[in-house]
Amino acid sequence: MQLSRYEEEALDGKYGDTVALAYRVLVAIGNAIEADRLIDISWAHVSGVNYNTIGDAGLRFLEDISREGIKVKVKTTLNPMGYDRGRIEPIISDTFIERQERILDAYSRLGVTGIHSCTPYDRDVFPDIPPTGSQVSLAESNAAIYANSMLGLLTNKESAISALASAITGKAPYSNLRLQERRYAKVCIDVRYDIKDELDYGLLGYYAGKLNEECIALNGIEYDRLTSADTKALCSALGTSGSTGMFILKSIDAKERHPFDRSDAIKVKDELSDADDGDIIVFGSPQLGLDELSSIIDRLNGRRFKKRCMIFCARSVYSKASRLGYIDALEKANATVYSGCCSCLTPLISKASVDSVITNSVKAAYYLRSWNKVGVCMRSMRSIIDSESV
Amino acid sequence: MSHGKSNGKEYRCRGIVGGYAEGFALLSKEPINLLTIDSDGVVNDHTSMLYGMSISGAILIFPNAIGSSVGVYRLYALKVNNKAPSGIVCINTADIITASAAAISSIPLVDRVGDAIIGELVYGGADAEAMTNVDLRVTRVRVDAYAGIISIVDD
Repeated sequence: MQLSRYEEEALDGKYGDTVALAYRVLVAIGNAIEADRLIDISWAHVSGVNYNTIGDAGLRFLEDISREGIKVKVKTTLNPMGYDRGRIEPIISDTFIERQERILDAYSRLGVTGIHSCTPYDRDVFPDIPPTGSQVSLAESNAAIYANSMLGLLTNKESAISALASAITGKAPYSNLRLQERRYAKVCIDVRYDIKDELDYGLLGYYAGKLNEECIALNGIEYDRLTSADTKALCSALGTSGSTGMFILKSIDAKERHPFDRSDAIKVKDELSDADDGDIIVFGSPQLGLDELSSIIDRLNGRRFKKRCMIFCARSVYSKASRLGYIDALEKANATVYSGCCSCLTPLISKASVDSVITNSVKAAYYLRSWNKVGVCMRSMRSIIDSESV
Repeated sequence: MSHGKSNGKEYRCRGIVGGYAEGFALLSKEPINLLTIDSDGVVNDHTSMLYGMSISGAILIFPNAIGSSVGVYRLYALKVNNKAPSGIVCINTADIITASAAAISSIPLVDRVGDAIIGELVYGGADAEAMTNVDLRVTRVRVDAYAGIISIVDD
């Protein structure tokens, strides 16, 4: 990879250890993905915030790199943290809070904006999204896929560290999905049954991700029928099971075809779920938008959840929902709305108090099972609301 | 670093993060979501070939990482706690998660070794498909991530 004189100097440490480390990361990635140079980016979204995911090693790493006083070079937003600052429950230990706050302090010293959301593509969450065609660096996997596929932004499926390195340098290796000519699909999935809800889209996404394609075509889905909940389910499941960074809703000339039938969806569901029922209900990951909160209230139609129902959203969405009366309505319906955090590797759900959860999210199902070690029952949001409310 | 004698079998690959490493080969023919690896290096993804096994100290050989962008911190934490794999081999092209994790953790990383090495790693070429949940760590390998060479080592 060709570096400019400035970039060489930065790599050699002329601008400090943190900048040098950031360039070292970008050069390693650039060599791996055969970038010929670095390119400027205009937005970075960084993951690795929840203390449960990055632990003490991550905390110390962030404290170390934020000590020199350098600031991010481009606007940079942040993934969810471990708990809702406005609703700290006894299950969150003092140690957890102390370390989580130190992580946030370190990011704050770096000049990062704490939107604490895994849906930075939602304009209610982050209104400052760059225009179509912009080079960006998004780490949160569902956000990278959404940005490439729905917003026409250009990013690779970044890691927490590559996006942070891009934030610090304002640059990213110019390769893969950052190149227009790479944004096409060699493999197409032909959806051969009537996909009807977000759960189906999640199951399709999980199946598609396993094909390990950089960009995949999905044939048989009507763009106009795709709700924001469907798209989020698709992106987050794709991001969980594979390395795919983008989908295209056309078949065009992809030569390799894979049929996706109802039986394939059932197979994915059986792989992910191991319970017929659950003690609690979980909505989110990704965090819910205003439209999804509103559709829960509409579907409930005055009924209440029979079980504890945990709903996750971004803080800005919570504020707006609060003004619109959604939060009151949901709380009256026996739901708890958490903001700034999400179900992924959440410390709020523990095997000690919960045997199994019911969720409509493939991503939540995967991590609740592999990390929180609880059983998972998967159903669509409609079906959950209809059967779990009175 | 090197203990055993090379049996002469060498595989060319591409060096991504420089360094030397030696250890038992731990092979997954399927990609791995690094975020499912716990603080002891144990893979907790029940759908993974390496479910329940620890990558600690091994030469981890797998196609590439998948899933969470935060998986990078799991490898870094293992390194800080002296539980990291000694080296990493991506059978395919190293992905951004693995390359950035190896870079900040200074774990030697090579890629593009190809499928030919797989037969060498398990009981004299037994079918790796049938070997889930058994200890695959029977073959020692040495990784030279500067020169881009993996060699099989006789104990």
